[in-house]
Amino acid sequence: MSEQPTQEPGAVAVKAEPRQEVDTRLQPIKWKFPITYVLLGLLSLGVFALLSPTGSVTQFRLATASDIVTLPAVNVPSFATALVLSVLQLGLAALAIFAAARRIRLGIWHPMLFGLLFVLAFLVYAGAGRGAFIPVVTLLAGALMLSVPLIFGAMCGLVGERSGIINIAIEGQLLAGAFLAAVAASFFTSAYVGLLAAPFAGAAVGGLLVWFAVKYHVNQIIVGVVLNVLVIGLTSFLYSTVLTQNAEMWNARQQLPRLPIPGLSQIPILGPVLFNQTILVYLMYVIVFALHILVFKSRWGLRMRAVGEHPKAADTVGINVPRTRVFNTVLAGGIAGLGGAYFTVGQGLAFGQEMSAGQGFIALAAMILGRWNPKGALLAALLFGFSTSVGQVLSTIGTPVPSEMLLMLPYVITIFAVAGFVGRVRPPAAEGVPYIK
Amino acid sequence: MKLQLKGVTKRFGTFTANDRIDLTVQPGEIHALLGENGAGKSTLMNTIYGLHSPNEGEILLDDRRVSFDGPGDAVEAGIGMVHQHFMLIPVFSVTESVMLGYEPTKSAGMIDFAEARRRVQEISARFGFDVDPDAKIEDLPVGAQQRVEIIKALSRDARVLILDEPTAVLTPQETDELIGIMRQLKEAGTSIVFITHKLREVRAIADKITVIRRGKIVGEALPDSTETQLASVMVGREVNLTTQKDPADPGDVGFSVEGLTVVSGSGKVVLDDVSLEIARGEILCVAGVDGNGQSELAEAILGLRSAVAGTITLDGTNLRRMSVKERLNAGIGFVPEDRSTDGVIPAFSITENFVLDQYDQQPYSNGIAMRPTVMREAAVEQTSRFDVRLGNVDDPISTLSGGNQQKVVLAREMSRDIRLFLASQPTRGLDVGSIEFVHRTIIEERDKGTPCLIVSTELDEVSNLADRIAVMYRGVVVGIVPGHTNRDVLGLMMAGVPVKEAYAQAQDHHTILGEADEEAQA
Repeated sequence: MSEQPTQEPGAVAVKAEPRQEVDTRLQPIKWKFPITYVLLGLLSLGVFALLSPTGSVTQFRLATASDIVTLPAVNVPSFATALVLSVLQLGLAALAIFAAARRIRLGIWHPMLFGLLFVLAFLVYAGAGRGAFIPVVTLLAGALMLSVPLIFGAMCGLVGERSGIINIAIEGQLLAGAFLAAVAASFFTSAYVGLLAAPFAGAAVGGLLVWFAVKYHVNQIIVGVVLNVLVIGLTSFLYSTVLTQNAEMWNARQQLPRLPIPGLSQIPILGPVLFNQTILVYLMYVIVFALHILVFKSRWGLRMRAVGEHPKAADTVGINVPRTRVFNTVLAGGIAGLGGAYFTVGQGLAFGQEMSAGQGFIALAAMILGRWNPKGALLAALLFGFSTSVGQVLSTIGTPVPSEMLLMLPYVITIFAVAGFVGRVRPPAAEGVPYIK
Repeated sequence: MKLQLKGVTKRFGTFTANDRIDLTVQPGEIHALLGENGAGKSTLMNTIYGLHSPNEGEILLDDRRVSFDGPGDAVEAGIGMVHQHFMLIPVFSVTESVMLGYEPTKSAGMIDFAEARRRVQEISARFGFDVDPDAKIEDLPVGAQQRVEIIKALSRDARVLILDEPTAVLTPQETDELIGIMRQLKEAGTSIVFITHKLREVRAIADKITVIRRGKIVGEALPDSTETQLASVMVGREVNLTTQKDPADPGDVGFSVEGLTVVSGSGKVVLDDVSLEIARGEILCVAGVDGNGQSELAEAILGLRSAVAGTITLDGTNLRRMSVKERLNAGIGFVPEDRSTDGVIPAFSITENFVLDQYDQQPYSNGIAMRPTVMREAAVEQTSRFDVRLGNVDDPISTLSGGNQQKVVLAREMSRDIRLFLASQPTRGLDVGSIEFVHRTIIEERDKGTPCLIVSTELDEVSNLADRIAVMYRGVVVGIVPGHTNRDVLGLMMAGVPVKEAYAQAQDHHTILGEADEEAQA
């Protein structure tokens, strides 16, 4: 005899259906985005369009010498183009206001399109009547170049934090990677040896971090900060003693060769940007793509996320929490170390003191802005790289805007990002919390 | 599978949580482990499940000695456990939660989602569970989350299933269904160990009862023992299960909320247009399954959460725009839900905890200077009035037991002239003696003419205290009913059924607990 669970009409709460989204009627309307769009649109109209000299022309160069099909340069009338672009922006702003009032959610296309129009309007204005071309390919190639260490760093942060370890030491890991890559490459006179060595430096820093965090339950932010100082001190010390004494042996430049991918590298505009790169950049594509799949679809990813969200629950199903955290943080350190190699062998530069220059912290911001998702972090890192690139390109052709303003942009975006301007971010629930049985 | 414990002892430092426990659970038996909060039931189960290793003694499964290095080993050996606080990850889907740790994989460590989903569906079909394998855990009601936990254990072929306080979060109707599931499992030969401190359930469900007190087994009983017998074995003395109280003598309305609406940080409506009135000298209990807006109601009244609409009126003044401090000074006495984090500061002394919300008021301070002697005297006097068992009021409050800490909190809130007494889960985690004391104190406060608002998820407590009961479901007050309303009706209302319908349905169908209830009253 098996007794069936007693079902009855009134027992509605036990129906295992998800709760319906609660009525949105009472939610306060969020005006900050529409207002921001309006302000930016007005800025675009008032400055980029109206201050563009009438009759002047902006020239965009789309081609490089090696293209099969050489695209012609594009000349546009500055005033009219900036005006059209600004009006389109204001249109999008109006749409945002309408959507906010009706509590409709607009997709991610909206901010991206708005950003694109704004940047274009700015470039039209910046290049108006200067007689110089705006080199589109150089601009994009520069953006990717500047993003590489950020992307590696963000992937490192993501893997560590998804398993519950806050990693402030990305900066130190990048720097350690850059240092060891330079030294190993120089000693063995092979850039590839440097590339192989770099992950070990980053992994070592990651190992120290997780050792203190897991074994001694030390506050992870403090350990991270200390490790950054340690790596800066150590590399600077070795630089000023060993490396400068015998630069030929320890700090000679080595560069990874570019390996253009046949066919793909010939595509206009994007080809030379994406597919005429060193092995390090191709590795980056692989890592981002692999993480995008593995974090959500593999056993490794599922367990890593479980440990970062609710370590006790993971423990009760037999997952070894400390081991998972150690493994992932060391692995993450390796990723950042590899990224550090980009500063030296990736660009054919010798090691210089503190050459990571805060990129590790920007990478952390990219990870947060990307909401701990590989895809999101990639886009955020590219955004930071792009704004720096615009700053650099425009400072060479000369613009009415001080280039410092543009170079400031990644940091401004970072502040807004971490202050939660882009909506509520939800970090892994157990991040930074030591697991004590 | 047969589970046997022989002389299992577990110590934490000098504290012995389990002292030479002997226990035998036969195959296909529902074995209840009955004991008060803090008696050592959960520790014992965690030891069986491999989360702790015992200091002495041995565990036998089908007469073979086993030892576990971690829960993984225990699961391997056929032990499954549903923890009191579910071990589920809120952002995971049902499928992900069930397979975690035992993922079916294809090549290269990639998860075979189709296979995992099929397993969930297969088990939930076998037991008639209605669980969507793709739903997110945090979107599921607690009853469904518990089923996910059971599916999780069954998917690993558990032949001994440990349920730690499984009914704490369920309505009586949901409990009924759980009992059905347990009987079904029993038929299939699964042994069930069922931990609880609720006497009614034990009698309704268990084949055999083992009573544990202060870490030791103090007796065994059969389900036909009376509740009073069980209670006296559990507590170690004669106890009164119901608190004596005179009928309420409600005066005019002292406190009311009107159209109170609160939106959570993530934009969900957690309190939806809630209106209540409480007369002076009346206890209104807010019942409901945990997480249906009761905590938010208490927090909104004190001002820890701001309301987007509505009024909160105490003695004719609207408190809604006031700060927490102003509200406390207006006469709200507040006992928070989580004593250890919100009620006391563990490292502070008993005296300091006693003046925590009045340290800057007369007579405890004068201008910018605090007056330690006055504070100390008041603390000594009030703690003795509230029967706090303590060594010295200068000791940190963390040296006291949970029950005594709660008495300090009550002493703090009730030793001044309050106009509203507001308590959230006032007896959560307390032993029976302290529960009796807290209930008596609340009734005395009512008889002084204070309106009392008590939030509780324990139906026993609600029936014991309430003059009227407001039942909440998903942020809405489903209805307000008299204090003696029967459990079946309350249970249906806790599932969102409106008052009239709940009465009609309860007439047609009695739950097992409801019947036990009527027997007890007869």
